[in-house]
Amino acid sequence: MATVHMVVNGREVSGEVEGRTLLSDFLRNGLKLTGTHIGCDTSQCGACVVHVNGKAIKSCTMFALEASDSTVTTIEGMANEDGSLGIVQQAFQDHHGLQCGFCTPGMVMSAAALLSENLTPGEAEIRDYLEGNICRCTGYQNIVKAIQGAAEELAA
Amino acid sequence: MPRDQGIGASSARREDVRFLTGNGRYTDDFNVHGQKYVHFLRSDVAHGRIRSVNTLAAAAMPGVIAVFTGEDLEGIGGLPCGWLVTDRHGEPMNEPGHPVLAVGKVRHVGDPIAAVVADSVAEASDAAEAIEVDIEELPAVINMAAALEGGSLVHDEIGTNLCYDWGFVEDSREAVDAAIAEAEHVTSLELVNNRLVANAMEPRVALGDYNASNDESTLYTTSQNPHVIRLLMGAFVLQIPEHKLRVVAPDVGGGFGSKIFHYAEEAFCTLASRRLRVPVKWTASRSEAFVTDAHGRDHVTKIDLALSKDGKFKAIRTSTLANLGAYLSTFSTSVPTWLHGTLMAGNYTTPLVYVNVRAVFTNTVPVDAYRGAGRPEATFQLERVIDKAARELGIDPVEIRRRNFVQPDQFPYATPVALEYDTGNYPATMDKLVEIADLDGFAARAEESASRGRLRGLGVNCYIEACGIAPSNLVGQLGARAGLYESATVRVNATGSVTVMTGCHSHGQSHETTFPQVVSDMLGIDEGQINVLHGDTANAPMGMGTYGSRSIAVGGSAIVRATEKIVAKAKRIAAHLMEASADDIEFADGVFSVAGTDKSVAWGDVCLTAYVPHNYPLDKLEPGLEETAFYDPANFTFPAGAYACEVEVDTDTGAVEICSFAAADDFGNVINPMIVDGQVHGGIAQGVGQALREHAIYDSNGQLLTGSYMDYAMPRADDLPSLVVDHSCQTPCTHNPLGVKGCGEAGAIGSPPTVVNAVIDALQRGGYDVDHIDMPLSPSRVWEAING
Ligand code: FES
Ligand code: FES
Repeated sequence: MATVHMVVNGREVSGEVEGRTLLSDFLRNGLKLTGTHIGCDTSQCGACVVHVNGKAIKSCTMFALEASDSTVTTIEGMANEDGSLGIVQQAFQDHHGLQCGFCTPGMVMSAAALLSENLTPGEAEIRDYLEGNICRCTGYQNIVKAIQGAAEELAA
Repeated sequence: MPRDQGIGASSARREDVRFLTGNGRYTDDFNVHGQKYVHFLRSDVAHGRIRSVNTLAAAAMPGVIAVFTGEDLEGIGGLPCGWLVTDRHGEPMNEPGHPVLAVGKVRHVGDPIAAVVADSVAEASDAAEAIEVDIEELPAVINMAAALEGGSLVHDEIGTNLCYDWGFVEDSREAVDAAIAEAEHVTSLELVNNRLVANAMEPRVALGDYNASNDESTLYTTSQNPHVIRLLMGAFVLQIPEHKLRVVAPDVGGGFGSKIFHYAEEAFCTLASRRLRVPVKWTASRSEAFVTDAHGRDHVTKIDLALSKDGKFKAIRTSTLANLGAYLSTFSTSVPTWLHGTLMAGNYTTPLVYVNVRAVFTNTVPVDAYRGAGRPEATFQLERVIDKAARELGIDPVEIRRRNFVQPDQFPYATPVALEYDTGNYPATMDKLVEIADLDGFAARAEESASRGRLRGLGVNCYIEACGIAPSNLVGQLGARAGLYESATVRVNATGSVTVMTGCHSHGQSHETTFPQVVSDMLGIDEGQINVLHGDTANAPMGMGTYGSRSIAVGGSAIVRATEKIVAKAKRIAAHLMEASADDIEFADGVFSVAGTDKSVAWGDVCLTAYVPHNYPLDKLEPGLEETAFYDPANFTFPAGAYACEVEVDTDTGAVEICSFAAADDFGNVINPMIVDGQVHGGIAQGVGQALREHAIYDSNGQLLTGSYMDYAMPRADDLPSLVVDHSCQTPCTHNPLGVKGCGEAGAIGSPPTVVNAVIDALQRGGYDVDHIDMPLSPSRVWEAING
């Protein structure tokens, strides 16, 4: 067991982990941040995407210890300070970009990462960027629309 | 005019905020103090006799609480099958047992042999590795035809690998044969409906929690139908009466059929928790899901279509082998039979139909309903053979379908395969398709593709489905061991807000949004005043759950009936308050008034009076305002539509690109257009996935070769174009109060043949003599067809 410290959603946290504890495990079971989901065991689905030091990462591919002393943002940290939905989150609601909601945290985190790199992504770029996120419910159509909507909102 | 509330409005989803902020509560997010974890040791061979299982070393490992094998579960029941199919000679199907943990034999890779309960997931899985299993491997039967030709037996006790040989309509068999023998033209096709894995993004989870102080068990589980699980597990497997068993299916991350069925892990966690007196939790890994979630489809069919020279359909005959896998999953037996054979008339007036299905046991994961369930298989055969016939007869594919449509003035229309379509307008959906897909512009687009060296093809296709499952007395006659009504309780609270409890279950369908839209319209109160509870046997009346596009048609109807009772009682209360006769009370926009006067009382006053009955007709009326209704549908509903797809084929590589996809659906009345669009998008994505990418492939030893997302090709965002969907053709259902038909499965039913038709069309236009390619149309298969 080793102690890990990080800043998660603006809060300093620490916990005891094993060497093999994944960041996704630590978030879900150590910190009870269950918004980060586990949809596969081959790092293919993207349900577990979080931001580590501002970059989108599949949290099932990283050991908690590797994220020591990092700044981590999860879906729980994406709302505005007053609790209202952030721009990307709101766009997902406005465009019906989610159904069962299971892929949604990863989708929102990926979408936010894309928009932090590129404020004017075209449809093809969006679809391409989402290659690592699987959604079984929406056919992606309204996810793409939501990201386009969020891009417009952010540019305004 | 778009409205911002009630039926027909695209109300924003109530579910979204919790899902978008990470506050959803899926089953794996539930943890009970003191819980232990299960790891199942699963068979890595497809077929074998268990000589011995030695758990001593495992039991002594750190953190281990207990180890169970099949023998330890003696005395509990097996997993039941919910539908008894009678074969074409009037005999019941073969129904072998399905133990919770394997006894004597293992029958598929993934069959559970033993279960370790330990303090942590890691300790449970470490200990499972220490279990010594001695298995005498037996030859695996994977291929269905071989399984029927005397390969080894999956279930020795039944002496055959045949579950049933079903004929429908058996009395038409000779007439169909004669019509085909005498026909001016017969088109035949052999095709495979590829085996699929539902792959809801949330893997299955079960958490059993026994409370010894009151002898009550709670099961948290990823289910589409918690009451059904309570009944099946309680009554047939564990012998726990309903009042001692609560089943909670909280937020569920997609189902698509795969979470209908009662699975061994649910029964095991419930039982282990009772025996060990600790909560017991199991969370599937995705790899485990691939070898334990029921698979879908997997039919091999030969179809003959008899036509006149001018393209009128005269008769259809099919012969299908349907894979059931190693055991009978809950509704598996109904899928290749009643959910499939009854749809073989399609949207057409074909007078004679005969469907033969032989259902086969193999050493593979059990196969059961997956989005569409039987109806995609029917549609695929029919629409593929029609396309081929059109080509053979030189008739345009749209035109041949039009010539055979059931016409709008023919409804109600009785098909030769036992259904009565209540309403529809197939020419209108086809007209709509021609418009939204711009079929007239195809030639120009094909030319443009050709200028880039690509072959462009156009596929069109129609579908009909039977939804709103189902009239209980009818399905009872057909072998269902359940009724298929739905329930609702509408609880009006003292200050006028409303809580709706439904036996349906939402795992992406948006019931928390759409059901209040219905109630809001009926009561004239704001949607925000209404909420929905579901997914917990402790709060909802006995209901049958969500599948078969039944929620709005059956569950929504139950809500309407319960709300009607509320209005009737509220009128009597209002009548008392206004000293009028209940017959004279009118209710609109949340206000009760006495006809022909200016007297009125508001909704809120009536509700408060019901719960604070100081001035109340207590001698005639009970206080309170809460009503329950059970709705049993009079018929199925029949959503139908017409789809078109354009593809480009790269003949050098065999790669297929979907350029456009358009869907014109008739769902009857629509409650929330935004949500209906989303359901169709998702269904089409799954159908396109089936057509081009997805395939659960077993090798001859019974190993699943596509058992992870590395190998099983899920559709990704860049595999799909922007879809054009339209549901403005609306012929309301005639027998339910909302006039709704259901929309959940249409996309998955209508799209696979559309895509295949388009690819074949492209190849034919390119001069390749290719009649059919089996799904998935991967680049290698297309390339082989071109170069074969
Ligand atoms: S859970 Fe991390 S990619 Fe699937
Ligand atoms: S919304 Fe269900 S998986 Fe994406």
